[in-house]
Amino acid sequence: MTLTRRAALATALAMPALSVRAQTAPIRIGFPTPLTGAFGAEAQDQVRAAELAVAQFNAAGGLGGRMAELLVRDDRLNPGEAATRTLELIEKDKADFIVGGLSAAVQLAINNVTKQRKVLFNSISQSDAINEAADWSRWTFHEALNPHMTAGAVGRYVFPKFGKRVAFLTADYAYGHEMVRGFQAAGAAFGIEVVADIRHPIGASDFSPFLPRIQALKPDVLCICNFGRDQQISMKQATDFGLKRTTKLVAPVLLYTARVGGGAEAFAGVVGGTSYYWKLEDTVPSARAFNDAFRKMHGGRVPSDYGALGYAGVTTVLAAARAAGTTETERVVDALAALKYDAYKGPQYYRACDHQSVQSVLIIGSKDKPGAGDADLFEILAQDGPDEAMLRGCTALGHS
Amino acid sequence: MDSYPLSLLALQAFTGLALGAVYVLLATGLSLIFGLLQVVNFAHGAFFMVGAYAGVFLFGMTGNFWVCLLGVPVLIGLGGLAVERVLVRPLYGRGIDDPLLLTFGLSYVMVEVVRLLWGKGGIPFDTPDLLQGAVDIGVGYFPLYRLFVIGVAAAVMLALWLLIERTRMGLVIRAGARDPVIARVLGLDVGRVWMLVFGLGTGIAGLAGLLAAPLQGASPEMGATVLAEAFVVTVVGGMGSLGGGVAAGLLLGVVVSMTSLFAPEMAKVSMYALMALVLLVRPQGLFGRAGAA
Repeated sequence: MTLTRRAALATALAMPALSVRAQTAPIRIGFPTPLTGAFGAEAQDQVRAAELAVAQFNAAGGLGGRMAELLVRDDRLNPGEAATRTLELIEKDKADFIVGGLSAAVQLAINNVTKQRKVLFNSISQSDAINEAADWSRWTFHEALNPHMTAGAVGRYVFPKFGKRVAFLTADYAYGHEMVRGFQAAGAAFGIEVVADIRHPIGASDFSPFLPRIQALKPDVLCICNFGRDQQISMKQATDFGLKRTTKLVAPVLLYTARVGGGAEAFAGVVGGTSYYWKLEDTVPSARAFNDAFRKMHGGRVPSDYGALGYAGVTTVLAAARAAGTTETERVVDALAALKYDAYKGPQYYRACDHQSVQSVLIIGSKDKPGAGDADLFEILAQDGPDEAMLRGCTALGHS
Repeated sequence: MDSYPLSLLALQAFTGLALGAVYVLLATGLSLIFGLLQVVNFAHGAFFMVGAYAGVFLFGMTGNFWVCLLGVPVLIGLGGLAVERVLVRPLYGRGIDDPLLLTFGLSYVMVEVVRLLWGKGGIPFDTPDLLQGAVDIGVGYFPLYRLFVIGVAAAVMLALWLLIERTRMGLVIRAGARDPVIARVLGLDVGRVWMLVFGLGTGIAGLAGLLAAPLQGASPEMGATVLAEAFVVTVVGGMGSLGGGVAAGLLLGVVVSMTSLFAPEMAKVSMYALMALVLLVRPQGLFGRAGAA
């Protein structure tokens, strides 16, 4: 490799132009999310809420005049696609930060890329693995709940109330496996007996072949550990098979969007966990402010659970950039790690060892008969945390 | 943990038959069009999906599921007629690949149009009030709606058989399929027959989509898996054989259901494993004629 005098000269001349550009260029937030596919409804709401976070940041003057912009990319719920899109966002679009991911598996693919490139990534969907030392990095943040804390909170609520004979119907990938593990960890204290642990392929359209066995076993509790359209279809078909006669249907994450898509009857009586339900606004001022802004921007609709995570993920990163006074990755990482925030659901912070957001888990139940056109579909039954005791210990995760 | 009482096995088998009835409906339209037109319709899954959305639309207009049950197949069938007349007809006699590629492209267009009209997310479709709930069929509770789907599938297959084997029009269809040149020499309008068959095949796909909507809702991607399943049924049954499609559909339903009971992880694979086995042992399919296709 020889550096010619001309090339050196050209580089030197280009330098001032580059630094000027850095001061005025927009703050680019790459946002890979599965707009098409089985989790599409949730992904689109994430985008809506992320747009709100960017608009609010810009309305408040940005970062000393530098405006933020959101670069949304469809990862099609495919790890390879997500890695490619993320790499493009970093290399070609010069994204300053990456926020997004809506699958326990896909977010690890994104994280793999950001980790190599030393780019800050704030993940906004459930994963346990992303907390663990093997996958985690200094640039990795996890705004979403993780399966251990979610299934743990739901299990502690459900097992004493509804019974100890438990069956699982689980999407056969990281999210489902981690949820089952979370339920089992919480259930050990109550002496639960697992009568069946059935794995179904992700993106299934017909669950009927899995249901007769569960019907015959008559468990007290059936934990349906899947996501998006899978949750919507499996709840509906489990209801059609009359399982509710003998069994309490439980979802680790009871999705607002799946309930909207599945209808009141299919979800009637289902209990589950969530990171956010919009009715939190009755008691939490920041939830009210977030909902009002969201309603104003999006024609009166209320934000969903995963939508709210899109908002929180982007808002916290931009707040950290503002606190650091720069978009320089290392300083924003430090600022984000130090952030104590109440973005939309009450107090939160990122735990020092793994950057997992310490926050509350809500236990919600689906209403039997909400009014027509009513957006109030769930009732909040209980609230767990925020408390670091809900998380796995730092040393257990392999952090020193 | 692992005990399988007889009643469970019976219910599992019955669930498989119900699943098989859906497969039969899925495959029939594909098989019909291939058997008589030698056109591999890759837009079959898209017609299925559009059928579900047409159901959402019609139900929104009328609020009556029974109107949808008649209206949707007619609507999708008419769409199929138009597609045959305008897009597929110019490609006859140009080898099997051209219509295949055309319908493949068409399926993408249809999915994107539906996304534009109804959005990328799914739309719920409630089970009609009359068919809600589960009934005790002796070995356990079974959803009433799935019993209804079995009934509709049986009725459609019976009507189709009567049409093809027992009516004058069926005679013309069979003549046109057996030897189009001679049929034309004898003064039959073969082009018209083909258009009708294409419409009939897509209409049945649309009906299957409508019937699937209360089971899984409507979503733009719902046709993709269906296309693969329909092909498996058609290949196992024998390309172009209606009776073979019925037998293969029911057989595959039971195989998938039983695999789901004993080895749920293998449920999706079992269908393709069976297809591979049939192709090895009897390449023309269970009821196919050797050499056809």
